[in-house]
Amino acid sequence: MTSRDKPDRPWLIRTYSGHSSAAASNALYRENLARGQTGLSVAFDLPTQTGYDADAPEALGEVGKVGVPIGALPDMETLFDGIPLSRMNTSMTINATAPWLLALYVAAAERQGADRRDLLGTTQNDLVKEFLSRGTYMLPPEASLRLQTDVIAFTVRELPKWNPVNVCSYHLQEAGATPVLEVSYALANALTLLDAVRAREDVDAALFPEVAGRISFFVNAGIRFVTEMVKLRVMGDLWDELLQDRYGVADPRLRRFRYGVQVNSLGLTEQQPENNVYRIALEMLGVVLSKRARARAVQLPAWNEALGLPRPWDQQWSLRLQQIMAFETDLLEHDDLFDGSSAVTALEEELAADVRREMAWIEAEGGVIAAVASGAMKERLVVANAERLARIERGEQKVVGVNCFEESAPSPLAGGDGGGADQILVVDAGAGAEQIARLEAHRVQRNKNDVAAALQALRDAAKSGASVMEPSIRAAHAGVTTGEWGAVMREVFGEYRAPTGLGAVVTTPDGSAPGGLEAARAAVRRASDALGRRLKLLVGKPGLDGHSNGAEQIAVRARDAGMEVVYEGIRLTPAQIALAAEEEGVHVVGLSILSGSHLELVPAVLAALRARDLADVPLVVGGIIPEADRPALLALGVARVFTPSDFDLNAIMTAIAEVAAASAAAA
Amino acid sequence: MTLADDVRAGSRRAVREALNLVESERAADLAAAAELVDALAGSPREGARIVGLTGPPGVGKSTLAGALVRAWRGDGLTVGVVAVDPSSRRSGGAFLGDRARIDRPPGDDGVFVRSMAARDRLGGLAPGAFAGALVLRAAYDRVLVETVGVGQSETDVATVADATAVVVQPASGDVLQFIKAGLMELDGVLVVNKADLGAIARRSLRDLRVALGLLGRPEVPLVLASAHTGDGVDALARALDAARPGRPGPRAPAPRAARRARGRPRDRAPRHARHRRPRRARRRPRARHRAPRRRRP
Repeated sequence: MTSRDKPDRPWLIRTYSGHSSAAASNALYRENLARGQTGLSVAFDLPTQTGYDADAPEALGEVGKVGVPIGALPDMETLFDGIPLSRMNTSMTINATAPWLLALYVAAAERQGADRRDLLGTTQNDLVKEFLSRGTYMLPPEASLRLQTDVIAFTVRELPKWNPVNVCSYHLQEAGATPVLEVSYALANALTLLDAVRAREDVDAALFPEVAGRISFFVNAGIRFVTEMVKLRVMGDLWDELLQDRYGVADPRLRRFRYGVQVNSLGLTEQQPENNVYRIALEMLGVVLSKRARARAVQLPAWNEALGLPRPWDQQWSLRLQQIMAFETDLLEHDDLFDGSSAVTALEEELAADVRREMAWIEAEGGVIAAVASGAMKERLVVANAERLARIERGEQKVVGVNCFEESAPSPLAGGDGGGADQILVVDAGAGAEQIARLEAHRVQRNKNDVAAALQALRDAAKSGASVMEPSIRAAHAGVTTGEWGAVMREVFGEYRAPTGLGAVVTTPDGSAPGGLEAARAAVRRASDALGRRLKLLVGKPGLDGHSNGAEQIAVRARDAGMEVVYEGIRLTPAQIALAAEEEGVHVVGLSILSGSHLELVPAVLAALRARDLADVPLVVGGIIPEADRPALLALGVARVFTPSDFDLNAIMTAIAEVAAASAAAA
Repeated sequence: MTLADDVRAGSRRAVREALNLVESERAADLAAAAELVDALAGSPREGARIVGLTGPPGVGKSTLAGALVRAWRGDGLTVGVVAVDPSSRRSGGAFLGDRARIDRPPGDDGVFVRSMAARDRLGGLAPGAFAGALVLRAAYDRVLVETVGVGQSETDVATVADATAVVVQPASGDVLQFIKAGLMELDGVLVVNKADLGAIARRSLRDLRVALGLLGRPEVPLVLASAHTGDGVDALARALDAARPGRPGPRAPAPRAARRARGRPRDRAPRHARHRRPRRARRRPRARHRAPRRRRP
């Protein structure tokens, strides 16, 4: 029982970080630990997350951008240099390549002299949300599930303190999920994993309750913090109930709903970004207020994340919020404040009923893996997000500074020119080249025979159905690179492209059309007349970034404005985009880039278009693009640049139609 | 060199421009488009064939299209694809996403995929689909025309294709639909997709065989395939190559199909079809052959 004399221990205080290089990230981690951070949360760059080497064509512009590049074991050793892994709690946001990064972590720990059994931490290792939202999947759903359970089975035997999987509802909310969708998809996903683990022969049935107890969750918390708190209480209750009824887990401690949280980034605004500080604080309330449903670990975004990568000071500002909440307020001194509240109970009952209905629907669709492969779950997310955006456009959902209270005095935080360049972290432009140089040096100094033998053992295990974990650890010690590991997996299991989910989105009805859709349609009609056939738009998503909701919503609105829209999904190379533009005879190419790689990817796409004799097809670019980069993109020949402040989709459609009409006039 | 010559020479730029031209609805482009199609229709690439791919929505046509393209490429054949998607009735816009199902090695220029929206032809082929298939046939060894899969598209595609693969899903009631729609008259191959469903798929195959026998069309090839695993796809490709248009044989009358054909609004390029398939072409209103109705998009 908690009392004012003996307050609860605070949650694990983390900051999601990592960038540029292993050495730079190591310095950042040591700094954060010295500032009172109690665990590490590692962000990997996209090539590392998708199994490519830094010098692969797919990695162009992405090395060291959204996280740290780990090309082979020496990088992992550098990352944790001076940080004893036997005593650290490390959370790794890694999914498709989770078996590999865990193998590198184990190998690095072994080089430090640590015992495997002491290793403490988490691998995210959740592929379903990658297919539905985040996009860094590599392999088809069934093969992905198999590798996920390889990690789980390995940690059960070898790393008893490790959380092998962090089932994510976080990214579902970022993709537009309502609380019902978020809870039901996450729980159904967790059950799918547990079913798959239960079916494995190498997991002792007696250990199964321990496995169930080791499943943790990673959730999101938005600005409607009462709803969010209710959501987490319901999630906890349902998880407890499912583990008991479906799997007969008897020990209540093993049925406890353990979750970490990063509060919502989707609702952070580029306009008046200082307001995001309040949003982050309020969003945090949803996951700490109720003791019974309190987060085990919290990481907060920074106030300027809608603008680009946060600087160390921005991250410190968010860290301080957690510390004030934990140490200055009386939050941790009280028992649960909401048990017995009739208002909260009523909300809980309503949500739980909706969640049960939704889970039954997934079951009827053939289960999670089938509903992912068919696109059925994805479709519901795309529809929910389209509805959310339409509510904001119509002003039904208020966003201060965006669709109401837009006026602002000049902000001293915005820098002299009001641009974003001095408000965000600019990743050293040489980071990619340095990483490639390190990788090349590493390839030369390792033993070729060891590498070949280790890769063959890995291939054999993958083909035979044996666990890939021990062969991966052996490969790590032998000096195998991330790209080589990924290539073996792709070779054995095949590449995969997930359904886009767009087909299900019904056309916005005229009567309730967001303002301005008619104007956009008229502009599209005018452009189509000038062009001789209906305006055809290619929506391209180059690079490795898989956050597709921006591209999806552009594609949906373009269709509703009357365009014919070619959209193939995420992770296309510039060459593939140019190929599609050529074959489809499109009038405009639109790129969506959120990873900060626009200055590398846009010139590459322009060059690929020129190589196919398509220099006259106009290119427009949107995404998380700092205002300061706009002139550079326009100078390259980009026709229009859309930044996060362009939230009016109809205005974007009108602008695209005007670009097309102008090119018709020029032709 | 004319544009037609460049298309025949396999220039990708020329193929792109030719397809843009035949899709154009600008009055000024009509004559040039008609001339181009006439020039190309009479001179297909040697051995080239147009293959239709049709069947109800959700049956796995796009995935099967991808598997067929892979099989043909594996035989060293070049492939053109016309993939038709429905247009939104309200906005006129459309999602064209089928090309995502056709994967190919980086830098492989032996495939050319053009997606077309059905536009105002609800349920039918796209207005430029016929002409587009003829353009592609002049440059590629195989041309695959994938339909929307509803309305008249099944019978539409047969007017342009040398052989048509009609895809059905096991245990879906498609068999009955199919007979009712008069599809049994098509020249081509019946495909039961999703063979990975095992016993159910094999039972559907038996049902179809019985139905074909009753209709007096026992010679129609039946293939069990799985776009998912790739099983049966090579057999399908071979069966499509072997199928010949206008093959003699008893046909069940198909009043609905004929009624539909009479009611169809316009065809962009049926002149070649009339030459090659007189029996079908006679059903069509001649006056409309060269007078496509123009409508603003």
